[in-house]
Amino acid sequence: MEVPILKQGDFLIATIQAALTDADLLHLRTALLQQVVRCRSRGVIVDVTSLDVMDSFASRTLREIAQMIHLRGAETVIVGIQPEVAFAMVQLGLKLEDVATALDLEEGLAHLQQKSESTT
Amino acid sequence: MENEIQVPINSDQDVVTARQKGRLLAAAVGFSSVDATLIATAISELARNIVTYAKSGEIRLTAINGSARQGIRLVAHDRGPGISDIQQALRDGFSTSGSLGLGLPGVKRLVDEFEIVSEQNRGTTVTAHKWKP
Repeated sequence: MEVPILKQGDFLIATIQAALTDADLLHLRTALLQQVVRCRSRGVIVDVTSLDVMDSFASRTLREIAQMIHLRGAETVIVGIQPEVAFAMVQLGLKLEDVATALDLEEGLAHLQQKSESTT
Repeated sequence: MENEIQVPINSDQDVVTARQKGRLLAAAVGFSSVDATLIATAISELARNIVTYAKSGEIRLTAINGSARQGIRLVAHDRGPGISDIQQALRDGFSTSGSLGLGLPGVKRLVDEFEIVSEQNRGTTVTAHKWKP
């Protein structure tokens, strides 16, 4: 299942629409990084609203995505972590350290806009 | 009455299948959506350990409808290399594969009962129970 990546101005929006295998997650990582370079994006939103499980692999891959994009000088926001998923992540001991999170797409975009305004 | 669901685990796609079946079974047993997510997450971790360390194995899911308590049993079985030091594998932060190493201690926190039997070069069986509150 490929994750569609939409370009919206300076930002990219990747919306996960179904359960992802490990290979899908790694593919998303590569695709996002390539798109960030191609579009010279300033920010990326990964919408995980449809993800019903965030295990150690998914969490690690999202953190790697955010770190790589950060090295490119852009910002990543993970939006839409479901309350059940957040509960399970904490029980499992997973942290998305240093990764910005927001309630939903709208809040995520607002966060990126704020960041990009403060740097220009 | 117990009925068992067996999911062969040979690839990362099977990891997704196993956790989806686990979630459905958890819902059928009457677990809340929070508990069903905990169960699905535990299955995901156990199934991934099979793919990563043993290449292949199986996940067995059983609904337990006892008169005293209801719940679900997860068994993750493989004939892989086995775990040489179980105590070490159960410690947070330990990993031999370069991952976060939170797999087993994390899974233990997601369930109510947790047991590992492992023999070097013979394989590993993890049995976990989650009971309905």
